[in-house]
Amino acid sequence: MRRTTQRRIRQGVLYLVFAAAVVVVAVSADWERLKTNFLQVDVARDQLPEMITIAAKNTVLFTIIAFSGGLVLGVLLALMKLSTVLPYRWLAVAYIELFRGLPALLTIFAMAYVLPIAFQVHVPGGTVGAGLLALILVAGAYMAESIRAGIQGVPKGQAEAARSLGMPAGRTMVSIVLPQAFRIVIPPLTNEFVLLIKDTSLLFIAGSTLDTKEITTFARDGVINSNNSTPLLMAAMLYLLITIPLTRLVAVLERRLGRSR
Amino acid sequence: MTAAPAPVAGIPAIEVVALHKSFGELEVLKGVDLTVDPGQVVCVIGPSGSGKSTLLRCVNRLEEPTSGGIRVEGIDILDPEIDLDRIRARIGMVFQQFNLFPHLSVLRNLTIAQRRVLGRSRAEAAEVARHNLERVGLMDKVDAYPAHLSGGQQQRVAIARALSMDPDMMLFDEPTSALDPELVGDVLDVMRDLARSGMTMMVVTHEMGFAREVGDELIFMDGGAIVESGRPREVLSDPQHARTQAFLSKVL
Repeated sequence: MRRTTQRRIRQGVLYLVFAAAVVVVAVSADWERLKTNFLQVDVARDQLPEMITIAAKNTVLFTIIAFSGGLVLGVLLALMKLSTVLPYRWLAVAYIELFRGLPALLTIFAMAYVLPIAFQVHVPGGTVGAGLLALILVAGAYMAESIRAGIQGVPKGQAEAARSLGMPAGRTMVSIVLPQAFRIVIPPLTNEFVLLIKDTSLLFIAGSTLDTKEITTFARDGVINSNNSTPLLMAAMLYLLITIPLTRLVAVLERRLGRSR
Repeated sequence: MTAAPAPVAGIPAIEVVALHKSFGELEVLKGVDLTVDPGQVVCVIGPSGSGKSTLLRCVNRLEEPTSGGIRVEGIDILDPEIDLDRIRARIGMVFQQFNLFPHLSVLRNLTIAQRRVLGRSRAEAAEVARHNLERVGLMDKVDAYPAHLSGGQQQRVAIARALSMDPDMMLFDEPTSALDPELVGDVLDVMRDLARSGMTMMVVTHEMGFAREVGDELIFMDGGAIVESGRPREVLSDPQHARTQAFLSKVL
C-alpha cells in the first residue's frame, strides 16, 4: 500500500473515533436535567451584573496584584539564586522549595489566620490582604525559577560587553541582561499569570465580604442563594473570557518582540 | 578627534608580566610577558587553544589571572583596591561575536555606557555616537536595531560603541572570524584607519595581511606561551622557530 493511502486511512479512523465520542456524549447526557440545573435564564439575569462589576473585577485586580508582587519577588529570588554569596543561594533555594512544596491553600490560610496569632502581625487589607500576600509569596517562588533560567539564557557575551564598557555589575543586570531575559520568559510567565487567575479562587479560605468576592466565591454563594447551579456555568464562561483573550494578546506581543530581535 | 591618546612618556599602555591562567586543571597561559607601548599596534596570532584570546581577556580582567602581573597605563589592575570599572571604561574591547545589545537601537548601543559610566548628557552622548558612526561609515543606521544589520555592519557598530567611550586603547578578539569573507574587508578598513589615527591596539587575529600591513609587532603564541615575536614582516617571511614555521605554512 502506498504511504499516502496509509496516512489517509489512519486519519479517517481518527475522525471516526472523534465523531463516535461526540455522539456518545450527546446521547448519554441528560439534556433536560442539565438545562434545569445550569441554564436558568432568570438566575443568570439576576446574578450577571454583580458577577461582572464585583467578582470579575476582583479576580482581575487580585491577579494583577499577585502577579506584580510575585514578579518583583521572583526577580529578587532569581538574583539571589545566581549570587556568588553562598548564604543568599541557600536562602533562595530554601524559600523556593518551601513555597512551591506547600499547597497555596495552606499558605493563604497560614497568612490570614496563623500569622496574626503567632506574630501579632496584621497585613493591610484584612484577611483578603493577607491572602493576597500569600499568593504573592507563592507566585514569586514559581516565577523565580523561570526568571533564573531566562537570565542564564542571555548569552554571556552580553554581560561581558557591558562590563568591558565599564558598566558596573548591577547596572549591567538591570539595563542589559534583565530586559533580554524577560523576552525569554514571556511564555512561562504567561502560564504563571493564567495559573494565578485561577488561584485567586483559593482566596475564599481567607474569608470574604461582598466587596472582596472573586468569581468562584461569588458563584458558590450564588448557587446557595438561588438554589441552582447556573452561576457555576457563568463563572466558567467568565474565566475563559478573561484567559483566552489574554493568551492571544501575549502571543501577539511575543511575535512583535520576536521581530525586533 | 578624541581618539588619539596622549602617550605618557616611559609608561607602557599595557604591561603583562609572568601571566599564568588555569581553568581548573588546564593551564591555558604558562607565563606570558608582553609590553604594548602607546600608539603601538600589536597583533597576536597562533593556533586555536594557544591562549591568545585568554591573554587578551585578562588585560581588562574579563578573565581572572591565576598569577602574574598586569599594568594598564602603569596601574596594577589586579590590585583589589582599584576601581576596575573606571579602568575598563578606558579600554575598548571588540568581540568575535560583536555582542551588540539586541534590545537597543544602534544609537542607544553607543550611548548607554557613555551616559551611565561617563555621566554624559543625552545630547553629548548622541553627538559622540554620531561622530563615531560616521567614522565607521554607518551614519544611516543610527536608528536601526542590530538584528537588521549584516555581520560586518554589526562589528563596525561594535567598534563605534567602544570608541564612543574615548578609550586610550582597544582590544580586538578575533574581530573578523565570525564574518562572511566578503564582509571582512570593511571591518579591517575601519581598524586600519583607527591604527593610523594613533590608537593603541592589541589584536588577536587570523588576518595575516592585516598584521603584516598595520601591525608594529607580531606575536606568535602556542601552548600558552609566546613562541616568537618581532616585526610582522620579518616574523611572517622568516620565522625563526619551528612551531611558527609549521603554523605559518598552514595558514599562509
